[in-house]
Amino acid sequence: MQKEKIIDVKNLGASFDGTVVLSDVSFSVYQGEVTVILGSSGCGKSTVLRHILSLYPLLQGDITILGKQLGNLTEDQQLDLYLQMGVFYQNGALLNSMTVEENVALPLKQHTKLPDHLIHDIVRMKLGLVNLEHAIDQFPSELSGGMLKRAALARAIVMDPPIMFLDEPGAGLDPISLEALDKLIINLKEQLGMTIVLVTHEVSSILRIADRIVYLEKGRVLFEGTLRDALKSGIESVSNFFSVINDADKIKS
Amino acid sequence: MLKRLLKYRKRKSENSIYRIENDTLFLSKGLTLDTVPKFSAGILNDLKSIKSQNLIINLQDLKDIDGAGVTALFWLKTMLREKGVSVRIENADIHINKKIDLFKPEIIDIRDKKKEAGFFESIGDNLYQFVSSYLYEFMVLAANVFYFSATDIFKKRKRRKGEFTNQAVLIGVNATLIIVIMSFVIGLVLALQSAQQLRDFGANIYIVDLTVIAMMSQMGPLITAILVAGRSGSAIAAEIATMKVTSELDALQTMGLNPIRFVVVPKLYASLVTMPFLILLSSVAGIVGGAVAAYVYLGITPEVFVNRMVDSVSNKQLITSFVKSQVYASLIVLTGSFYGFRVLRGAEGVGKATTAAVVVAISLVIIADSVLGLMFF
Repeated sequence: MQKEKIIDVKNLGASFDGTVVLSDVSFSVYQGEVTVILGSSGCGKSTVLRHILSLYPLLQGDITILGKQLGNLTEDQQLDLYLQMGVFYQNGALLNSMTVEENVALPLKQHTKLPDHLIHDIVRMKLGLVNLEHAIDQFPSELSGGMLKRAALARAIVMDPPIMFLDEPGAGLDPISLEALDKLIINLKEQLGMTIVLVTHEVSSILRIADRIVYLEKGRVLFEGTLRDALKSGIESVSNFFSVINDADKIKS
Repeated sequence: MLKRLLKYRKRKSENSIYRIENDTLFLSKGLTLDTVPKFSAGILNDLKSIKSQNLIINLQDLKDIDGAGVTALFWLKTMLREKGVSVRIENADIHINKKIDLFKPEIIDIRDKKKEAGFFESIGDNLYQFVSSYLYEFMVLAANVFYFSATDIFKKRKRRKGEFTNQAVLIGVNATLIIVIMSFVIGLVLALQSAQQLRDFGANIYIVDLTVIAMMSQMGPLITAILVAGRSGSAIAAEIATMKVTSELDALQTMGLNPIRFVVVPKLYASLVTMPFLILLSSVAGIVGGAVAAYVYLGITPEVFVNRMVDSVSNKQLITSFVKSQVYASLIVLTGSFYGFRVLRGAEGVGKATTAAVVVAISLVIIADSVLGLMFF
């Protein structure tokens, strides 16, 4: 059965100061799947993500999210779309002037009519999901790198958005925390039916969670398909990317 | 009328996501972010009609639930339990159960009730914090700074090479123009304002004494200190705060360099040395401003002005302004570095530290001015 397309990117192109960063990028993200955008550094992964999030103006190509075409949305439509997305930024992007609780509660306070005591409970529950309920009164500057990421993740899921975008969530995490994070992502996908778009380099993480892979190289899509197909594709760059894990297996055996 | 009321009630119950029958609360449709506010606002009131000590929440018809919904459900359970009503949740669909399990709602059960402090308690607490944190730390910093600046005079090798000159230029030389202009204007206006009254009494010549004494022992030091606090106090606070936020101070420490010795002491030396010269310049500029006003408004020629000035200047005024310069310089550097070292929370903290440093430095300078004014009266 063909799953519903949630995000459809067609012929996306971008250039900065005359340098072409993306050209003719097309791929789709399907309902309830984890789609991983990967590729070596500087291949345009984050640029693609920023276009999908409407942080860069769409100059070439089309992007459709939940049936809405970006580029000609009114302010209200764009807001509506944002409310259905949870976004996790690489460095956490928590507001430094607020405590962890205030940071996580911010979307609920601004966009819903929930009473304060329920907001407090929801925040505690979401922080519990990422094992951070003990840091509820701390400020971002008092948290370690891993804790900061978990707090940012709690903020991204606080509204239970149907779509989640994660920009390198695993960078700088130890393997055990990374595995816990992957488990949480799988739970979000399986139990809440979230559609997840992930930009990452962590091969171990990709093997654990990815359903579909979009491999970018020099601003173009080199491969798009399931993880299984990617491993069998025979495309040199893609095989090299995953060969690290094979090497590790060899050392182990 | 009754018909309309019935119709309204029917419509209300159609829109509602819950209904109560006997001892059972039936939830239907979705308990999500959209419906939770209304649910949580009305449910406790509606449940008052139930007399039994056991309530069943039936989730048979519930189609959807999210984080907010799970929270609301367990909030209700906790509230009812506090009233002695036991609650049982049953007939939940497998998907609903999975979501409830994912959110681990038992976390909410451990309610954290913060105790609000009373009026006197909070005054006492603030006072204690002020003494134990602010005052104590300020004293410790001051002791450290003065100790190192005193001992380093004799230990040339321990001093930071070239930093004294650098800071003297930043704190002293670069401030001369603004201080001269401001002091000239203030001296001019001061003399102009007084000239009217003096002329009425025929005491024209006293404009010289007035300007000289006011500028030398009061206005000169004060204007200089306020301008230096604004320029350099803020710069010192911002520099040290940024160094702390970016771990530069830690790096200095691990390189075996004491941050106070390396960063603060050169600034203190520079300001202690340049401040008397700045105050002297300020006083001279103010007196020149006064002389201009005296010539234009009262017809006192520069020659007469200078002759009279020599009579009215005494050593006491020079000593007063020198002592003030040393006190103000120390206060400005100490306050700036105190707030710099205290910074918390990244970039935003740097801004706050800078603002606090300037405000407190100027306030301390004015307080010190009144104390010294009384001492040298």
